[in-house]
Amino acid sequence: MKRLLFACLAVLAWASVGHAEGPLQDILQEHRALIEKPSRKTISPAIDDIASSGLDQAQRMMQAWEAKNLWQRAEDGLFFIGKAQGQALTLTDVDTGEEIETEKSAADQLKPNAGVRRLISSALVQFQLSDPNEARRLDALESIARRPEAEHLAPLQASIEGEENRAIRARKERLVKLLSIAFAETPEQRVEAINGVSGDLNLEVRAALNPLLATTRKVTDVIPAGENVAKIMRLGEDITRDEAYAALVEAGFATKRLTPAAIKDILAANIVDGQVGGVPVADLDTPEARDEAYRALAAADTVPPFVSAEEVDEKLRTHVIYDAYNEPNGDVTKAAQSALKAIDLNVGLNQAADLGLDALSLASIYFLAAIGLAITFGVMGVINMAHGEFIMMGAYTGYVVQQVIPNHTLSLVVALPLAFIITFAAGVAMERLVIRKLYHRPLETLLATFGISIALQQLAKNIFGTQARPLTAPGWLDGAWVLNDVVSISYIRIAIFVLALCFLFLFLFIMKKTRLGLETRAVTQNPRMASSMGINPDKVNMLTFGLGSGIAGIAGVAIGLFAKVTSELGNDYIVQSFMTVVVGGVGNIWGTLAGAAMIGTLQKGIEWLNPSNTLAAQTFMIIFIIIFIQFRPRGIVALKGRAAGD
Amino acid sequence: MGKSFLKNHPTMLVFLALLALFTLAITVFSEAYGSGLVSTSFVKTLGKTLCLCLVAIAMDVIWGYAGILSLGHFAFFGLGGYMIGMWLMYERTKEVVLRSLENQTIPPTETEISDAIATQIFGVVGSSDFPLIWSFAHSLTLQLILVVAVPGILALVFGWLAFRSRVTGVYLSILTQAMTLALALYLFQNDSGLRGNNGLSGLQNLPHVTAPQSEISMWFLWASAAALGFGYVFFTMMLSGKFGMVVKGIRDNEQRVRFLGYEVEHYKLFLFTVTAIVAAVAGALYYPQAGIINPAEIMPIASIYLAVWVAIGGRGRLYGAVIGAAFVSLLSTWFTGGQAPDIPLGFYTISWVDWWQVLLGISFVLVTLYAPKGIGGLFDLLKRKEVQK
Repeated sequence: MKRLLFACLAVLAWASVGHAEGPLQDILQEHRALIEKPSRKTISPAIDDIASSGLDQAQRMMQAWEAKNLWQRAEDGLFFIGKAQGQALTLTDVDTGEEIETEKSAADQLKPNAGVRRLISSALVQFQLSDPNEARRLDALESIARRPEAEHLAPLQASIEGEENRAIRARKERLVKLLSIAFAETPEQRVEAINGVSGDLNLEVRAALNPLLATTRKVTDVIPAGENVAKIMRLGEDITRDEAYAALVEAGFATKRLTPAAIKDILAANIVDGQVGGVPVADLDTPEARDEAYRALAAADTVPPFVSAEEVDEKLRTHVIYDAYNEPNGDVTKAAQSALKAIDLNVGLNQAADLGLDALSLASIYFLAAIGLAITFGVMGVINMAHGEFIMMGAYTGYVVQQVIPNHTLSLVVALPLAFIITFAAGVAMERLVIRKLYHRPLETLLATFGISIALQQLAKNIFGTQARPLTAPGWLDGAWVLNDVVSISYIRIAIFVLALCFLFLFLFIMKKTRLGLETRAVTQNPRMASSMGINPDKVNMLTFGLGSGIAGIAGVAIGLFAKVTSELGNDYIVQSFMTVVVGGVGNIWGTLAGAAMIGTLQKGIEWLNPSNTLAAQTFMIIFIIIFIQFRPRGIVALKGRAAGD
Repeated sequence: MGKSFLKNHPTMLVFLALLALFTLAITVFSEAYGSGLVSTSFVKTLGKTLCLCLVAIAMDVIWGYAGILSLGHFAFFGLGGYMIGMWLMYERTKEVVLRSLENQTIPPTETEISDAIATQIFGVVGSSDFPLIWSFAHSLTLQLILVVAVPGILALVFGWLAFRSRVTGVYLSILTQAMTLALALYLFQNDSGLRGNNGLSGLQNLPHVTAPQSEISMWFLWASAAALGFGYVFFTMMLSGKFGMVVKGIRDNEQRVRFLGYEVEHYKLFLFTVTAIVAAVAGALYYPQAGIINPAEIMPIASIYLAVWVAIGGRGRLYGAVIGAAFVSLLSTWFTGGQAPDIPLGFYTISWVDWWQVLLGISFVLVTLYAPKGIGGLFDLLKRKEVQK
C-alpha cells in the first residue's frame, strides 16, 4: 500500500514535471541565470545558442519570449510557454508542446525589456526567413524592408542559400543589397553595394540611398579635419544675409540683431519729452532716423546693444556656414551621389515617357471631343457652338442609363448607342429647324447655335441641378497599367485612346468607303453639281450633321467617365475642340488628329514646366496657338488646290 | 452719299435728346437730387446699363459695320475695369491703412505703409508684395492712361497678328474667343497679380470722397450718359463719311475693296483698336458702379452675350445696339433678380430665374432666323408704311 501510494506520487510528480527534459529546455537551463535576469548587454550568448540550436520548437519559444509569454515554474525553475486566464495558468512545454494546468502563483512571468525583445525579434527573423510557409517568409521580408536594421543583414544573407522559391530568392538578394548600402561592415562593401543599384528605378533604392546624403547645417570659424562636407554656403547665392546671420546667432557666434519691428517697439517704449535718443518722434519715419535714435539709446546702455550692418558683415566674413553629411565616410557619400544621379537620369527618362503617355491620352480626349466637330465644322463648314452641349447630352444619357441599369458594364453597353441615337436625333432636328436656313450666313449660324447652347445648358441645369452627377466606370476599367515605379497609365485612359482610334477608323471608313461619305464629300465640294447628279443635298447634310452630333454624344459618355458630369461639361471642351480643328486644318481628319496631338502634347509639356498651375498652362497654350496660326493660317494639314476652296 | 450723311444726323439728334431727357428724368427722381422715386440701387443699374450700351455700340461698329464678329470685346471692357479698379483699390486701401496707423506713437515709414497696403490687398491670395503691374496704381493719371493703353495695345497686337495673316469670318471669331478665354484663365490664377478669382472689390467706394453712395451713383450715371452720348456722336461722325463707306464695303465684299486699292487690314485694325478702347472706357465706368470685378466677368460667354444684344437690337445701326443692350440686359436683371412673377402650371411652376436663360436662347435663335434686323428692323417697317401712305 505504501509502495502503491509512492508509485502514485511518482506518477503525479512525473505528470506535474511533464516532459521537463528536452533539448531546448536543456539549453534554456544552461543559460538560466541570464534568462531570469536578462539585459541587452549580456543576453546575446543565450539567444545565439537558442537560435543556432537548429531546433524547430525554438521559434515558437522565442516568439512567446518576445511577447512576454515565457513563464518560469517556481518549484523547479523550468521554462514554459504560459497563457494566463484569470488565476488559472496553462503552461506549455517548450519541447513537446504538452499542456499543464496550474495556478498563476506557481510560476513567474518573464518580462524582458524592450532592448532584449529587439534582440530576440531579430534572432527570430532568421527562423521566419527559412520558414517552410512562403507567405510567412514574404511577411518577414516585407517587415525587414519596412524597418531595416543592421542585425537583419547576416541572417538574410545566410537564408539565401537554402531558398528555393525564385521570386523570394530574388527579393532576398535585393534586400541584402539594400541593407548592405547602410549596414555592410567596411566602406568598400558599402560602396560596392551602392554601385550595384546605380540607375535602379525602384523607390526602395532611393529610400535607401537618400538617408546617406542627409546633411546638417553647421557654423564654425574653421572647418574641422575629417568632416565630410557637402557644401559650403555662399552668401547671397545659397543663403541670404539674414538667414546666415540667424544661423550664426543660433550657433552662439553672434548677438541677436533686432528686427525693425522690435526696434520700433523699443523706441516707442523710450519716448522722453516727445524725443527718443535726441530725435523728435515726428522725424522717426525713415529707417535711418530710427537706427540713429536706437544707437543713441544703446549708447546710454538703456537697451540691448545695436548691431550695425558692418558688424554683421565682419561676423559673416570670419565664419563659415556649411552643410555636412551625417555619413562620415566620403567615399560612400560620393558613390551614393553618383548612384542617385544615375537614378535621376533614368527617372527623368521614364518621366518623359510617362509625360508622353499623359499627352497621348489628353490628345485622345481632345480628339474624341473634336471628331464630331471635324465632321460638322471641318467637312460641312457649320459652326456649331452647341457641340459642347451634345457632349453634355451624351454624358447625361450615360448617367440616366446608369440610374436604370445598375450593372455598370451593361449600362455602358446600352448608353453608348443610346447616346448616339439621342444626339443624332437632336442634331438632325437642329439641322432641319435652324442650320438649314443659315447655310450662307456662317456668322449667324454661330450665334443661333450659341442660343441653342445656352438654352440646352440651362435646360440641363433645370433638370439635373447644378451639382455634378456621377457616371461611374465599370470595375474592370479601375486601376492602372503599371510599367514601373515611374510610368503608369490608368485603364480608363487606355480605353479612351482605343475609342478614339476606333472613331478615327470609323470616320475614314464612312467618308471613304460608303455611299454617304461619297455624297457628303460631293455635296460639300459643289452642292449644285451634286444635286444635278441625283444627290439630295438636304438629306445628305442632315444625315452628316446628325452623324457628327451622334459621335459627340458617344464622346460625351466617354468623357463623363472621368470628368464631372455637369451642365457646364460642354463649355470646358468647346473652345479646345474648335482649336483642335482649326489648328489641325479644316476638312481633314488627319489634321484633326495632328491638332489634337499638338494641343495635348503642348498642354502637358507646359504643365510639366510649371506643374503647380494648370490654368497658366491653358493660357500659354492658347497664346501659342494664336501665334501658330500666324505661320500656318490653314492649320497643320492644309488642303491644297481646289479642295481648299476659300 | 451726302444724303445718307444728312439722314444720319436726325437719328443722332433724336438719340442725344432722348439720352439727355432720360438723364434729367433720373436726376429729378433720384434720392440724391430729387424726389427719391428712383432708388440708389436702380440708379446704379441704369448707370451700368448705359455703360453696356456704350460697349454695345463699339461691338456694333466692329460687327455690324465692319462685319468682324469679335468675341473679345468684353475682355477689353473687363481690362478697362481692372485698370481703374487697381487705382481705386490702392487708394482706398491706403486711406484705410493710414487711418489705422495714425494712432501709433512712432510715425510709419514709407516701406511700412506700402507693406501694410500690400498685405491688405494681396493677403487673400497669400502674398504680401506688390506685383510689378501695380507700379502705377498710386497715380490716377497713369492708371487712366493705362485704361486706354492696355486694352488698346492688346487689341493692336492681337489685331495686327490676326488681320495680317488674313484670318477672317468665323475663324477670327474663334480666335478672339480663344484670346478672351486665355485672358480670363490667366487672371484666374492667384499669382496673376490681380488677386485671382477674388478679383478687385470695394470699387464703389471712391477714395477721398465722403459723399454718400446715392450721390456717387448719380455722378457715375451722368458720366456714363456723357460717355455714351460722346461715343455715339464719335462713331456717327467716323462712319458717316468716306471712311464709313469703305468700312461697309469691307463688310459686304472684302476682296473687292482690297482690289480697289484700299488697305483693308489697316481699316480693320484701326476699327478693332478704337472699338476696344471705347469698350475699355465703358468698362472703367461700369465697374466702379458694380463695385467688384473678377475674371468670371470676362469669360467668353460675356462677349457672346454682347453679340446677342447687338443682334437682338439690330446690327448696322448704332441705336439698334443701344436698344438691344438696354432691353436685354434690363430684362435679364428683371427676370434673374427674382422680380418676375412665377407661373404656376399646376403640375409644374415655371420659375423665371431658371427658365429665363432658356427663353433667351430660344428667342435668340428665333431673332436670328426670322428677324435678322432685330428690334431696329421695326423702325424700317414703320418707315416703309409711311412711304406707302
